[in-house]
Amino acid sequence: MSETVILTLLTIITAATPLVFAAIGELITEKSGVLNLGVEGMMLVGAVSSFIVVSVTGVDVLGVLAGVLAGMLLSLVFSVLCLTLQASQVATGLALTLFGIGLSALAGQSMIGVAYEGLPKLSIPILSELPVVGQLLFSHDILVYVSFALVAAVAWFLYRTRAGLVLRAVGDSHDAAHALGYNVVAIRYLATVFGGACSGLAGAYLSMSYSPMWVENMTAGRGWIALALVVFASWRPWRLLFGAYLFGSISILQLHGQAIGLDVPSQLMSMLPYIATILVLVLISRDRGKIRRNAPACIGKAFHPTT
Amino acid sequence: MKSESPITASNSHEGTPLLDLRGMVKSYPGCLANDQVDLTLMPGQIHALLGENGAGKSTLVKMIYGVLRADQGDIEWQGAPVTINNPSVARGLGIAMVFQHFSLFESLTVSENIALGLGDSSGVNTDSLDEDIVTISARYGLPLDPERYVYTLSVGERQRIEIVRCLLQNPKLLIMDEPTSVLTPQEVDTLFKTLRQLSSEGVAILYISHKLDEIKALCHHATILRGGRVVGIANPATESASSLASMMIGQDVTPHRLPESAGFGPVSLACQSLTLPAADSFSVKLDDINLSVRAGEILGIAGVAGNGQDELINALSGEILLSSADMVQFKGQPVGRLMPGSRRQIGLCVVPEERLGHAAVPGMSLAENAFLTGAQRLSLSRVGFIRHRASRQFASRVIDAFQVQCRGSAAAADSLSGGNLQKFVVGREIMQKPEVLVVAQPTWGVDAGAAAAIHDALLGLAADGAAVIIVSQDLDELLGVCHSIMAICAGKTSDVFPAKHITMEEIGLLMGGAALDGLQATDGVVNGQESARKFGPEAPL
Repeated sequence: MSETVILTLLTIITAATPLVFAAIGELITEKSGVLNLGVEGMMLVGAVSSFIVVSVTGVDVLGVLAGVLAGMLLSLVFSVLCLTLQASQVATGLALTLFGIGLSALAGQSMIGVAYEGLPKLSIPILSELPVVGQLLFSHDILVYVSFALVAAVAWFLYRTRAGLVLRAVGDSHDAAHALGYNVVAIRYLATVFGGACSGLAGAYLSMSYSPMWVENMTAGRGWIALALVVFASWRPWRLLFGAYLFGSISILQLHGQAIGLDVPSQLMSMLPYIATILVLVLISRDRGKIRRNAPACIGKAFHPTT
Repeated sequence: MKSESPITASNSHEGTPLLDLRGMVKSYPGCLANDQVDLTLMPGQIHALLGENGAGKSTLVKMIYGVLRADQGDIEWQGAPVTINNPSVARGLGIAMVFQHFSLFESLTVSENIALGLGDSSGVNTDSLDEDIVTISARYGLPLDPERYVYTLSVGERQRIEIVRCLLQNPKLLIMDEPTSVLTPQEVDTLFKTLRQLSSEGVAILYISHKLDEIKALCHHATILRGGRVVGIANPATESASSLASMMIGQDVTPHRLPESAGFGPVSLACQSLTLPAADSFSVKLDDINLSVRAGEILGIAGVAGNGQDELINALSGEILLSSADMVQFKGQPVGRLMPGSRRQIGLCVVPEERLGHAAVPGMSLAENAFLTGAQRLSLSRVGFIRHRASRQFASRVIDAFQVQCRGSAAAADSLSGGNLQKFVVGREIMQKPEVLVVAQPTWGVDAGAAAAIHDALLGLAADGAAVIIVSQDLDELLGVCHSIMAICAGKTSDVFPAKHITMEEIGLLMGGAALDGLQATDGVVNGQESARKFGPEAPL
């Protein structure tokens, strides 16, 4: 019995990790005032790129890097369109997702059915020997540890550093930030590309660790869950980590629901993250103070600098 | 009017100028915003930059602060030529600026906002910064709590943040762009005390305003701009307000003559115990508001922004429906639960404060915007279809009558300058010949010539028998055009006073929530003795 519980918990961790990556990147992007709805597309392109590179070279690090780079490139396209050429962020983001789905399917055609053993587990000496806890906390692949470090780093960056303060300021009022002499467009470029890198990393985790293979459309809506997650967390990094594990658990319960005797239609379970997000939206909308403190006021708005 | 050259005037001071501008030029497509502007500032001088809207004042100071880049011109700072291409360069020199539209971040705290405006060296959430804020704000009488979020603060408090942010940089030059437009007379006094203290410490102040009496009271020196050029240099203390005004406008201005207040008709619009709970923590609740305005009467409601004006206007227009229809009565008929369109139909028209986005749809043409409020009274639609030609004609009539500068009725609302759009949205309601017109900040951001035209139209409307309510923070405006004046503070209204017998200071007290003892309120029209007593010293400021 305890063996099943541990296995379930382990799968929850692997289900939550890609959500953490994609959502924490989008959180930074949105905090700067940019809404990039292309997360799903960037994840897919990241996933296929890292899988191609790792199966050609056989070097794990190169695979992960390829995923990150692919996400960055795609978000750079988005940035040029939306930040330099002032295209609509919503439309461009949606287009980016559709483009990513198509591009990854095309690039991955020859990769279907190719085998890869997955990222090695990085067991921490001594600690991983501990009963239960050792297996649960200290014997994962490196990306799981990275995901926790990333959340901590983002929380520290946003609320403890000057650069983080500037980022939040740009998202709150780009006109005021411009008047004070901050380069709004450059800051948003950086934030958007960071978001792309994280989405690519999320994709790399999916194809290299979660299920080490390439399947068309293998993100299966995780990009959209990540977007919902940012709002669910009301743009706070630690709440986002909690939300990722909550949504991850829901998706695992939905998979193992039958096995553990849970008689709920799986469709209902896959609706849960979105229902939860809508509920949270309604709840935080009741308190305008909370919205004002956390939601970036300029999100999705085009910025026209005056010279 | 003095027409000395700038050079003679600046030579009356000794020593090296702090700032010397020569031949500043800035042009935008189709508009020369600054044309060969010269300006000299001495240390410790309070220098007024005077001019109408669009005269180029803001453009000039934005070039000094490095927000805008000059096309031509030389800037000398303490005798040495400098290039200021970024606000951080300006800050490095010792130039600080308080913007007309505050450059604050609402979701951040006071201390975070201040940190963002200081140099890159300062950290975040540092206790030492908080201490500095408290020290500076105590020294200049500008109380501030560093931990508060900006969105919870009043406009006056927000301006304090901007000023404290500037003072923390130990500036040599402080630029203030229309700093008093949102303050009560009492807050203005405090601000002036601070500015005089700074000036005595050797800080030069470049003070932008179009309020002449303020400039006369505060400034040592004035440069007058018109159409982007320097048209005069004056010593404001020795000039009269009307001579400054004629320099500013380029022609003599005749002060408004208030028409005789005799012979009002029956009550056109009345509020009876109008009460409205606050919608959320950011809005003000309306507390037992009683007022009435008669045919031919202009009633002014004074108040500092955010004291319930928006809520009151929305309750009168029908954007917020009241719990009881009797709370708003139009010619004796309860209308408190009618929708805005129905109220407009019977002759109750409203011009909200925010012209772009509330009074007008930014991306729609003037003809479409004219249709949106004129449809009912002018029958601009037929069986559900828009009568395009009639709408265009109506828009053109407004454009002609109010001299709105635009590319005709097909121009998008957001392509108009603020002042011209204001003329259009006010004119659109006036041309519908309403029986009651409620108008918020009718001349906000409008230059003196256009303001006079709007005031004349409002007076004309009242003379034709309409009742008019003007909600405004501009006391000059209220005293100039209203027959009766009341104030709103924290969602409560004061008694009504005849405009002839009330002074600006007394209105200031009313706006702060105090009651006036010595002055006789207009009889029988409004709050009785009981509510006047209730509205006593315990009312929050």
